[in-house]
This record gives sequence, structure tokens and C-alpha cells, in this order.
Amino acid sequence: MAARNRAKLPYLLVAPAVALLTLFVVAPGVYALVLSFQARKVVGGLLGGGSKLVFVGFDNYGLALADPELWASIVRMLLVALLFIPATVGFALLFALLLDVPRVRLARSTRLAIFLPYAVPGVIASLMWGFMYLPATSPIGGDHVDFFGSTTVFFSVANVAVWGSVGFNMIVIFTALRSLPAELYEAARIDGCSELRMALRIKVPLVLPAIAMCTLFTALASLQLFNEPNTLRPLSNAISSTWVPLMKIYEDAFVDSDVNKAAATSVLFVIAALAVSFVASRTVSRVNR
Amino acid sequence: MRSQWRLAGALLAGALLVTGCGGGGGDTAAAGGKVNLTFWDWDPNMDKVVDIWNQAHPDIHVTLSNPAGGDQLVSKMITAHQAGNGPDIAKVEYQSLPALVSNQVVADITQYTADTVKDFDDTTLKATRFDGKVFGVPQDVAPLMLFYRTDIFDQYGLKPPTTWDEFKQAAADLHAKAPQVAMTNFDAADPGWITGLMQQGGADWWSSTDNKTWQVAINSAASKKVADYWQGLVTAGTVAKNPSFSPQWNKQMNEGQIATWISGAWAPAQLGGIAPNTKGKWAVAPLPAWTAGDKTTGIWGGSATTVTTDSKHAAEAAQFASWLNTDGKALTAQIQNINVYPAATSGRSLPILSSPPAFFPNQANYYDLVKQVAPSARSFSMWGPDVTVTFSGYTDKFGAALQNNTSFATALDDIQNATVADMKKLGFTVG
Repeated sequence: MAARNRAKLPYLLVAPAVALLTLFVVAPGVYALVLSFQARKVVGGLLGGGSKLVFVGFDNYGLALADPELWASIVRMLLVALLFIPATVGFALLFALLLDVPRVRLARSTRLAIFLPYAVPGVIASLMWGFMYLPATSPIGGDHVDFFGSTTVFFSVANVAVWGSVGFNMIVIFTALRSLPAELYEAARIDGCSELRMALRIKVPLVLPAIAMCTLFTALASLQLFNEPNTLRPLSNAISSTWVPLMKIYEDAFVDSDVNKAAATSVLFVIAALAVSFVASRTVSRVNR
Repeated sequence: MRSQWRLAGALLAGALLVTGCGGGGGDTAAAGGKVNLTFWDWDPNMDKVVDIWNQAHPDIHVTLSNPAGGDQLVSKMITAHQAGNGPDIAKVEYQSLPALVSNQVVADITQYTADTVKDFDDTTLKATRFDGKVFGVPQDVAPLMLFYRTDIFDQYGLKPPTTWDEFKQAAADLHAKAPQVAMTNFDAADPGWITGLMQQGGADWWSSTDNKTWQVAINSAASKKVADYWQGLVTAGTVAKNPSFSPQWNKQMNEGQIATWISGAWAPAQLGGIAPNTKGKWAVAPLPAWTAGDKTTGIWGGSATTVTTDSKHAAEAAQFASWLNTDGKALTAQIQNINVYPAATSGRSLPILSSPPAFFPNQANYYDLVKQVAPSARSFSMWGPDVTVTFSGYTDKFGAALQNNTSFATALDDIQNATVADMKKLGFTVG
């Protein structure tokens, strides 16, 4: 009797997670899949005597893939990612290593200061940076530098994202550094190794798994880029309503009211994101080995 | 920002689902037969008008909510309708009404408005009555006019231009004397003003000759004439090119870096929020003409009060919509607080129209001028059923053209193609 109850326990424990996953991920996912094979068609009359949903097979997928705006938005996302990923991981590693130096002062408050932007919601951060960029309100020279130029806008968007995510990644790497055995450092110091050499030759190789994980997180975050460009959009002509893939999906669904095409694009996007995660996590586990 | 609200909404919806809560919105009739209606509207000070109704009608309570303005509200209405929880009543700009009718978001209220429609002339009704069915009660008409800063014009010796040639010359003169002051702002964010200018220029973006087939002419010669004119001003650098209603634009307006605003009759109420420092410094003149003496102008916005198909109290909702737009008290309060120029014929002779808007204390004849230009306002034959696509195309394509100094005419071609493709995809017949 007791043994049977114990056998049930694991199912009971995972039940809430499974229920939430089913309710908020699997069910909407299936719904999106169903929507992606349908389309709204009007019937009769100048304004349409009404509309009906019809099954259209893979038409929405064809439309989505043939839309040059989707491809342009992917290119723009990749350009931002090209700036965002190395800058985030690079700064996170740099700050973690600096904070790990034994003689560093005010380590605790500095760590908090670097982490704090992570606690600021993306929308608030984007609005704040938006005001910093705009010539009329800029305290950082927006009247001399055009932060919303055709090229600079990529840096401006990436900057907001980097600002918001360095802190979290720094903590991940810093924690990994702290879990390294202290004897290692002692031995290195006795051998006359400088702090810089120690950082490059000992610490970095040993926290490589953490760095790889941060890179994976950041890569996934860049796929989901939405808040920053969407919040900055009304401030400038430089950011279109379909600037990154998620904005394109949002535009299709809620502005052009074509939920079906948006669903098809979402499904394609999920497949692409899964592929990226799969390849990346394979790479990470290879690094870990 | 919107995504955050969406997330909050999703979480809330989830919570309600889990806890088994239902209802909400304006669907529930409280005990004692009291009807609750929700009303989506973005007019500043509309609460004061709704209060008057609520005091006079204890059995029909209207709750005002301002979830978004203009085009954004249209998207919200379509989404809310798909979820089955739209408001009872909503303010809809004329250009968006056909799209909402075609999406079956807005209800046919012909049976409730038989008497109401008698208070409107045919030109006004054309914007809300399709195929003999009434889909909204017109609220206001907003002919495009030229709002200009009297102090800046005086300082640099400019006269209100009466033709677009004069406007161009004045812009060049102003630029030579004061490079930091732009004649006006070319806005790619809000399509309302440019469609008004296109209407004045003779364009007819949507029309139909047989009531079955659509003709779409967004990139017609008339449109391109207007686009080329503005491209010239932008290239000459005599006009600013920031998105309107943005912090940048607000600041420029407030600090006198923009000398004119081409806008609708509702502008004075908006200016109070945009540029509070400029009270009493504005005046209004008719829109410059393409040929001297031609009085034709266009329209920016102008709205109708609509009842949604989600409303369970369509009769009461239609009653409110009729009251709001034909009752003398309601219209007086709207003119006073929102500076609308009423669509109802009876509203155009209200005594309140002889006093100027609060923000324009210096212009006693404000509504006289609006009254003079209103009859010569020209609209498109009809608004298309997918204006949201056209308008987001305008924002993106003209935004990109301003950013990269590329051709406005090509942008119009792109918008035309996107609009026609979308209409065909939906199953409309396009000729």
C-alpha cells in the first residue's frame, strides 16, 4: 500500500507543472497550429456580407515565407544579435572576472549596481533609453549624434538589450567562478602567476560551461527581441512596425487582423527557435565534456 | 508596452478561468433592471459628458474607458471581439468603420436610429451608412485647417499662406531667417493628416461603381502630386520629419520650433496636452489651396459613436450614441470640453459655438471659420475594408522614405500593392 502511494508521488509532484504546461504552452500551441491552416474569407457584397473561416492547407505558410518583410525582419534581428550576444557575454565575463579579483573594493554594491538593470522591466528601460536618445530630451548628446540613424539604430536597440541582460549573465558566471576550489588560486599564486594570467589561463577555461550557457540564453533572447524595438518605434522613423520577426507576427495578428498568417509565421518561428536551441545545446554539452 | 498589457490580460484571463469567474464588462444587467454599458473613447474630458448622461439616466449606467486612441483602438476592438469581450459602445473614426463592419465588430443600428438620422445631412451620413444600414451615429466632422503660431509668423514677417505655393515660399523664407524653426512637421506616424491632404488634392483611394467591385487608387496621379510636393519640402529641409505625438515632436511644438500644424478642428483641445506653453499663441486659417481661390479641403478623422455586435444591450447603447451626438446638452458639453465641431445639423447652431476654444482665447471666430470650410471638405468615395493595412503601410513606407531619403511616390506604389494584395487575399473583388 505504502509502496503504491510512493509510486504515485512523482506523478503528483509533476502534475502542477504538467497542467500549467498543457494549459499555457501545449493548448495554445495546438490552437495556433489549427489557426495556421485556416483563413478568413469574406462572402458577398462590397463590405462582405460576412466572413467565414476556410481550410487552406499550407497557403498561410507559403504566404509567410514569400513575404520579403519577414526575411528583412530576420536580417535585422540577426544584425542586432550580432552586437547583442558578444557584448552581453563579453561584458558579463569581464565584470565577473573583475569582481572576482581579491583586492577589489565595494564588490557587493558594484555587483548589485550591475545587476540592477536586469530588475527594470524591458519596456521601462526602453522608454528611458528612448528619452536619452531623442535629441529634444537627450542628456547624452542626442542633439549631436543621431541615435536613430539607419545604422546607429541597431546599436541603440542592442544597447538597451545589453544594458538589461549583462547583470543576470554576470551573476551566472560569477557564481561559477566562486564555486571553483580556492586551492587552485593559491597554487597559481605560489607559482607567481599574475591576476591577469590567472583570469585568462585558469578562470576562463574553467567557467567555459557557464559562458556557453550564457551565450545560449542570450541567443534565445535575441530571437525573442520585441519589447525594445516596439517601445522605441513611436519615437522615430527608423524602426518599422515589422522591424523584428516577433513585431512582424504581432503586426499581422493585431494590426492587419490576419491571425492565421500570424499563426503560420509563429509555427515556423518556433521550429526555427527549436532548431537553434538544439544545435546550441549540443554545442554547450560538447563544451562541458 | 502593448505586449505587457497583453501579458497582464492573459494572466488575468487565466486567473479568471482558474477561479471560475465569469461575466464582467458591460454585459451584466444589475439587479432592478439597471443596465451597465461600457464605452471606449479617447477624447480628453469625455468623462464630463458621460457624467451628464449618468446623472440624467439612473437606469442606464455608462462606464467610460480609454484603452487606446485611433488606429490602436481599432486593433483592440477587433481583438476584443474575437475574444467575445468587446465594449458596448466605441468611438470609431470614419476611415476605420468599413473595416470594422466587414469584420462584424460593429452592429447595424438602423432600427434604433430612425429618428436620430434625421438630424444629419446626407454627406455626413454617407460615412456611417452603407447599403442603407446605419453603423454609427456621427460625432464630429473635422475639416483640415492650417493652425499657425501667430507670434512666430509676426516675428519673421510671414502671412498665413493661402496656396501651397505660398506655403512653400513661406517655409523657405522662414528657413532662411530662422533655420531652427521648421514650417511644419511631415509626419509618417499618423496617416490621418496625409489622407486629408490627398483628399484635398483630388485623390480617391477607394471607390466602387457597381457596389460589388472595389477600385483602389492609392498611387494615382493626384496622390503623387501631393506626395511630390511634400518630398520637395522635406528635401529642402524646411519642414521637420519626426513622428507626431512623440516626445520629440511635443517638445518642438511646445518650444516654438514648429510654426504650423495641419490638423483637424479638434486640434485646440489636443494642443493643451501637446504644447501647454503655447496657449493663446495659435490661430487658425483655411488650408492652403492648390489653385488660388479653391476652397476644397480634406478631413482628418471625425468619428462616429458605434455599438458593437458583442453588446447585449444594443437598444440602450444606441440610445446613448444618439443622445451623445444629437442632444443639445451633450453637444454643448462636447464642444466646450473636447472642441469637436458637431456632425449633427442642430448642433451647428448651438450658442456655445460663438465662444472660442479655451486654448484659443484670442480667436473669437474659431467656429465660424470651421463652419465656413466644413461644407467644402472632400472625402474619399468610401474607405476601404482594410485601411489598417494601408495605414500601417503608410507608417512603414513613408517612415523608411524619410529615414533613407527615398521616393515618396515609390512608397505610394508599395502601399497600393500591399492594400490590393490584402483585399484580394480576404476575398474582396478588386477591379
